[in-house]
Amino acid sequence: MISGDASSQSATLRVERGAGEIVLSFVGRLDDPAVAACWTRALAEVRRPPGPVTVDCSDVDYCGGAGLALLIALEAAAKERGAALTLKNLAPRFRALYDAVDRAKLEKPLAPEHPDQGWIARLGRATSDQGLEWKSQTEFVGEVSAGVVALAARPRKLRLREWWLIADKSGTNALPIVALISFLTGMIIAFQASIPMKQFGVDIFVVNLVALAMVRELGPIMTAIIFAGRSGSAFAAEIGTMKVNEEVAALTTMGLNPVRFLAVPRVLVGLAVTPVLTLYSMAMGVAGGVAVMLLRGFPLAALFNQLENSVRTQDVMAGFIKSFVFGAVVAGVGCLRGLQTGAGASAVGDATTKAVVTGIFCVVVIDAIFAVIYYRLNF
Amino acid sequence: MPPNDQIIIEVDGLTVGYGERVVLREVNFRVRRGEVFMILGGSGSGKSTLLKNMIGLYPAVAGRILIGGRDIVSATGTARQEILRAFGVMYQGGALFGSLSLEGNVSLPLEEWTRLPAGARTLLARLKLQQVGLGDFAGYLPSEISGGMQKRAAVARAMALDPGILFLDEPSAGLDPITSAELDDLIRSLSRNLGITFVVATHEMASVYAIGDRVIMLENGSIVAEGDPVQLRDHPPNDYVRAFFRREPQKARAA
Repeated sequence: MISGDASSQSATLRVERGAGEIVLSFVGRLDDPAVAACWTRALAEVRRPPGPVTVDCSDVDYCGGAGLALLIALEAAAKERGAALTLKNLAPRFRALYDAVDRAKLEKPLAPEHPDQGWIARLGRATSDQGLEWKSQTEFVGEVSAGVVALAARPRKLRLREWWLIADKSGTNALPIVALISFLTGMIIAFQASIPMKQFGVDIFVVNLVALAMVRELGPIMTAIIFAGRSGSAFAAEIGTMKVNEEVAALTTMGLNPVRFLAVPRVLVGLAVTPVLTLYSMAMGVAGGVAVMLLRGFPLAALFNQLENSVRTQDVMAGFIKSFVFGAVVAGVGCLRGLQTGAGASAVGDATTKAVVTGIFCVVVIDAIFAVIYYRLNF
Repeated sequence: MPPNDQIIIEVDGLTVGYGERVVLREVNFRVRRGEVFMILGGSGSGKSTLLKNMIGLYPAVAGRILIGGRDIVSATGTARQEILRAFGVMYQGGALFGSLSLEGNVSLPLEEWTRLPAGARTLLARLKLQQVGLGDFAGYLPSEISGGMQKRAAVARAMALDPGILFLDEPSAGLDPITSAELDDLIRSLSRNLGITFVVATHEMASVYAIGDRVIMLENGSIVAEGDPVQLRDHPPNDYVRAFFRREPQKARAA
């Protein structure tokens, strides 16, 4: 036995109800299993009138924290129904702990005061928070743009080794997952489309469909979403952890702007890496569609002929141009959420979640805007 | 040597290393029941590693660590859980769970390890917080109280299951002298009133004199001195110990 000094058994409870008096005696160690076993019964006995209560601890050789809690609870229960409680023969060193307890403080609510403000105050606060959020987003966009311009003027300021490392992690390492998802998406679309289109005898046009869908929409969107999930979240977690560790504060006090130091290189990574990944994704998606059509017995030459006639350079450009914006926005959102991280372990998790959610949201909204612009321009 | 039943922790030939680097070399010592035992040493001397080995966080290369007669190095499964239950640990930064109130932090081990009803757990958690002087703050979140309070709350959480031993890692790190002295008082009173054995890793000389019954001093992974703190100060067995106790810079230090 490590705690306490005696190696006796867990305590048992004996109750005697005499003439107008209740006597509770504990025999053995008052440790947590003993207390757990007799807590409910002991309290019920004390609460049941009539008469004063005596708690006899002559045979208690150890009284742990749980035992102490039980004795205090019994005392409170007796007091509740107006009866006196006498504690007998508790060993002096436990008695001292029992006497030291401040009863009044055990009953108070004990939480800090957070006064309820009513709905008008809450609405005002929410509105002001939202306004501040927009303000900080605008500032961030401005700061990043200024940073990029400043860097363009003095390219040597870019810490190339670090930039390369980030680009490698979010670009090169993303190739397998981008390939897998794009190839499978191409295959699935081809499969699903070829069944109904065969009924009309136009299943050769499945290639056109897959190619246009991948090149104009799915390639850029899926790459952007993968980038948000893999790298936007990583940026937020990395910068968020730096914020929690006061590394961001250290940058600021050294006179370095955290946005220029942390966000600008990452946004540049997004700008550089996402378009390449997007082109790769387009190619993989088309390859997936072609693979399915080959399996369905179409000759390769016919498929290529279809591709040549349907996909124009400007279709590829339409997707390619979007991907620059997607990359910059997703990387920027990740960095912004990282820099907005609050205190504590859960704050980093919140920042990461927000980075991915906001990143994907922005990608979809921007894609819709591009759709309108391209339609108007007849692009 | 005191009789064997008074030895509560026994460290025997403990050797620890990371890869090629040996951090602790053949460390041997005993801790007696009820004493405040302090592990002293400069930064990088291996005291944190020693403490983390004693609480079973790091694996040892060789040696035994008997806690209440049972070896924590080789124990696995339920045997290991049993040993872990016998002691509490206060980590350097407090390591309170930020999402739980102080009361929630203290009652978490009670929920997992005892069958006490909810009312009993709450009452017990408040009693423990009262014992460390935080009776008014049970409902506060760790982020709403000061660093010294967080450490005291961490002591309350470590005591939740009435352990016989408490391990404290640098209790005075980052605290002002007054708060640090209050924490020392708390350790003294818990040791006297509840008979808890303390194992404290520190380099704060003031608390060594204030609360230490016995100290060992580590340098480069070996014990260079062992004994009563005041005696070590007055009769240092070697230069390193003298320099450490007198706060002298040591020019000829090898590392």
